[in-house]
Amino acid sequence: MILAVASGKGGTGKTTVSVNLARIFGSPVQLLDCDVEEPNSHLFIKGKPDNREIASIKVPEVDESRCDACGECGRLCQYHAIALLGPAPLVFPELCHGCGGCEKVCPRGAIREIDRRIGIVETMEADGITLIQGRLDVGVAMAPPLVRAVKSRLQSGVPAILDAPPGTSCPVIATIRGSDFVALVTEPTPFGLHDLELAVDMVRELGIPFGVVINRVGAGDDRVHAFCGGNKIPVLLEIPDDRRIAEAYSRGELVVDALPEYRSLFSTLLWKIRGSRGKERRAGHVRRDN
Amino acid sequence: MSGAIIEELVVISGKGGTGKTSLTASFAVLAGNPVIADCDVDAADLHLVLAPGVRERHEFRGGHEAVIRMEECAGCGICLDYCRFDAVKMIREPNGRPSYAVDQVSCEGCGVCVRFCPARAIDFTERVCGEWMVSATRCGPMIHARLGLAAENSGKLVSIVRREARRIAEDNGIGMIIVDGPPGIGCPVISSLTGASIALVVTEPTVSGEHDLERILALAKHFSVPTAVCVNKWDINPSMTERIEKMAGEADARTVGRIRYDSGVTRAQLRQLAVVETDAPSADDIRHVWDNLVDLNPNP
Repeated sequence: MILAVASGKGGTGKTTVSVNLARIFGSPVQLLDCDVEEPNSHLFIKGKPDNREIASIKVPEVDESRCDACGECGRLCQYHAIALLGPAPLVFPELCHGCGGCEKVCPRGAIREIDRRIGIVETMEADGITLIQGRLDVGVAMAPPLVRAVKSRLQSGVPAILDAPPGTSCPVIATIRGSDFVALVTEPTPFGLHDLELAVDMVRELGIPFGVVINRVGAGDDRVHAFCGGNKIPVLLEIPDDRRIAEAYSRGELVVDALPEYRSLFSTLLWKIRGSRGKERRAGHVRRDN
Repeated sequence: MSGAIIEELVVISGKGGTGKTSLTASFAVLAGNPVIADCDVDAADLHLVLAPGVRERHEFRGGHEAVIRMEECAGCGICLDYCRFDAVKMIREPNGRPSYAVDQVSCEGCGVCVRFCPARAIDFTERVCGEWMVSATRCGPMIHARLGLAAENSGKLVSIVRREARRIAEDNGIGMIIVDGPPGIGCPVISSLTGASIALVVTEPTVSGEHDLERILALAKHFSVPTAVCVNKWDINPSMTERIEKMAGEADARTVGRIRYDSGVTRAQLRQLAVVETDAPSADDIRHVWDNLVDLNPNP
């Protein structure tokens, strides 16, 4: 099973849900931090990185001695990453998506592809959790290729939890695509509701089963609950607005460790997710968590 | 360019959900008729507080998409081989013959399949990726946008929002633009940040806030934008607040104040008001942050 934890709005508790679920999983689990712009899971799952690889995309390099300035590469490139200015094309690697078109289209074989580093992928082990995280280099604009690099380390056969970046654009799509279930985390505020509606549209477009986690229940109003009820969206978990949770989070502590009374909440969430996507399976498949 | 100096303040955070939009709404009130730009085009929320009346709507065309005309597809599979974005899918037809289709969600609009299809069976159509709007609010003119579902090019849409904000400021002789930025450090953040007069980073005193602050400060430095930092909900973890302020100082960012943990912030949002339009205790903290920011301004 691949479970993605996402949200339209930032700061609603994606990482809190992901790391606590991983902690109480009860069997080996992979935790993929796909929020490569600001990866935070490692602050809560403390392990030593035992593997670190550089992630790159392919960008063009022009051999000027072979180039006859025909301009085919610049006409093909949709991103203005290669342009004929003067006697040979100029490459703007930070705009390049790595599609490889210029190398293929060059009639003189004057373009080859070289690696451009965009970040690193780190793997660490801690108490049955394999944490795989991407870390985008500062100043690099494009997160999706690094998200794909993180996901390429997924080991099949071992359940995985994917901590997504906030929002609904390309890095989020790159994360949740191919997952079996999405938990959308929100909060009961106007901002939370508005961004939840966007996120629901997104997962519906992708056709992935999903449910909602409402965090900080009690801090706002009941419009998020009404929206879920009216649209027949299952509310999988409600986390109360408890300042002690915010304080534990601030120190890098897991809720299920610092406040054991919340353990059963997260166990129930896991149980509901397994149930909602495995109804056809034998009941014996549902694993107990404690 | 009219040549007049326009100050552009960009509110960013690295980590999401630290209070950018609540703070931006308050600044919009305190600034006295600025131009307001919501550059969080992916999950824009500022309109939920400022209640803009839309005056103009414009389509955002952000690139192209490849569409295979199935009846002309010869089934060679070159598109599948060449696509670097896993956007081409093989479909086995009832007679066993393979044919291909493009998943629009994954297509990055590079046009490689279009160019190399031997049957010339792939269309390359311009796609509408969202819209941007010019509106009026009780605090001043506002430019905001909505990126389409699963759309590319958020950075380009951010550039349009900022360009239009600047045009309106110039046309109306307004000297200040306040920008609500997106979370993260990637493409839309870079588009929001480059060339701004000053960036305010809103952070929170948590391990995540600290970690993300380091990266967003490095980004601001990378693009040579002067930076200020304020800690929201500072009293959740006072010792972390001190650590964060120290870290900001070491990165040449000015600290411009602390905002207390206050349930009045959510109550203001429920009433569609900026925090400084209510009697929430943190309203004083926000005014203090604003005053400090104005004092940093080299061209008052």
